[in-house]
Amino acid sequence: MSDKSMTVDEVVGQLRSGMTLGIGGWGSRRKPMALVRALLRSEITDLTVISYGGPDVGLLAAAGRVRRLVAPFATLDSIALEPHFRAARERAAFALTEYDEAMFMWGLHAAANRLPFLPVRAGLGSDVMRVNPELRTVTSPYGDGEKLVAVPALRMDAALVHLNRADRLGNAQYLGPDPYFDDLFCEAADAAYVSCEQLVETAELAKGGPPQSLLVSRHSVTGVVETPNGAHFTSCAPDYGRDEAFQKLYASTPWPEFSARFLSGATEHDYQSAVRTWHEEQQ
Amino acid sequence: MTPTTGTGDTGSGTGTGTGTGTGTGTGTGTGNTGPTRAEYCVVACAEAWRGDGEVLASPMGLIPSFGARLAKRTFSPDLLLTDGEATLVGLDGTPEGWLPYRRHLTMVTGGRRHVMMGASQIDRFGNQNISCIGDWERPTRQLLGVRGAPVNTVNNPVSYWIPRHSTRVFVERVDMVSGVGYDRAAEAGVTRFHRLPRVVSDLAVLDFAGPGNAMRLASVHPGVTVEEVRSATGFELALPEEVPYTREPTAYELRLIREVIDPRGLRDREVRG
Repeated sequence: MSDKSMTVDEVVGQLRSGMTLGIGGWGSRRKPMALVRALLRSEITDLTVISYGGPDVGLLAAAGRVRRLVAPFATLDSIALEPHFRAARERAAFALTEYDEAMFMWGLHAAANRLPFLPVRAGLGSDVMRVNPELRTVTSPYGDGEKLVAVPALRMDAALVHLNRADRLGNAQYLGPDPYFDDLFCEAADAAYVSCEQLVETAELAKGGPPQSLLVSRHSVTGVVETPNGAHFTSCAPDYGRDEAFQKLYASTPWPEFSARFLSGATEHDYQSAVRTWHEEQQ
Repeated sequence: MTPTTGTGDTGSGTGTGTGTGTGTGTGTGTGNTGPTRAEYCVVACAEAWRGDGEVLASPMGLIPSFGARLAKRTFSPDLLLTDGEATLVGLDGTPEGWLPYRRHLTMVTGGRRHVMMGASQIDRFGNQNISCIGDWERPTRQLLGVRGAPVNTVNNPVSYWIPRHSTRVFVERVDMVSGVGYDRAAEAGVTRFHRLPRVVSDLAVLDFAGPGNAMRLASVHPGVTVEEVRSATGFELALPEEVPYTREPTAYELRLIREVIDPRGLRDREVRG
């Protein structure tokens, strides 16, 4: 069986401008931030990003890498409005496919199941139908005759997700309370890249949690990368909570200043060092 | 009183709790100070979940959260609550179930849930906006996005909490329909599971019992006049012949709010007065 371990830069080496990219997690929770930061260090741009949006969306939007966003929201959770997403929208910096949360989920399911669409009771009556004029409805072929929205499959060229543990084969485990939709993202993508807090031997996975914590299986994974603190500053329970102080800094610092101080280094290590230094200064 | 003995709590709230208003607005019978506006709001929010049975109460925001807990401690002990993440918990935090987002969304479409959401804008038929202000193509103020408002409103009961009743929120037309109102649900043929039980604001309780499911003033909180509510609303409200007051908290409810549910008094920071 093949060893799929790689570096963050090798992951980004597999990506191209113009791709459709799914990003796992939810809001400011368990986002593959180390991979997003590696993307920011590359020249890759013109992306279609599919995400339950958090600072992943904010960072990519602020850096001007997004051509289209497919999302039901973008938020930092403890800070309701994602400032860079907001600013980018207010200057019409990218196109938006604004779906409801459930439509988005069934779009992932459709993609993972190789279906063209799935019917959903959501969107009808709302302006989601107005701002996405390509959306079509289907009528139940059974006696009820209910009209439903046919949510198109959210297929993606690549998915990026972050989990707590993984082995070199691509099996990955979440140890927090919510799997989010990371398994679906991997199954909906032509190539899926898993970053994890810790790479372990396969036998260690089952010791860390019950079988149902083994969320992502290797058949749906292309590459694995160990990135300790790689979800920073989003939460990665139970390994660490959200770095609220740093998130506040992110949300309140002008982008050029934030980017210069924290994102201008050549490696993820540089980022983590810059964060450590900032925290030390706060004491 | 132990937090988990829901049945022991049930009797206390029923005395004045049968309707949205008693019309009297008289004293509470506590030896303590009378109810604050925030406390009327907590009780009015709690009333949203009366009679709901074994469903998930999903309060968005502080006052609705206190309301949900008050309802569960008194007249709706069977309600389910979450810890705000993926765990169903009892009043003392004891986990009793698992509710990650994927299952939460099934709870929405399965209908065993009553959510109280916020609204940046809401119109006379209950169309709600949390997405953006201005032209959607290039909003003047980008807000959250539609989130789950579209799926919620056509699948499980949705009430609203508006901490600042004003003409900026209660508008003639919302800029981006996120939550679906009665008129648009009818137009789109999604009335089957569509229900908006009530809107609670810092001034009043509103429902959709007006002509053609238009928003109606159900009660004003004691200390508020009908005229105040009308002038803070950007459309013509339907009015009953007599507008009752929002009901008084019972002495027991007041004690629960002050000593058990919100001993730090956070409620008074969200609603003054």
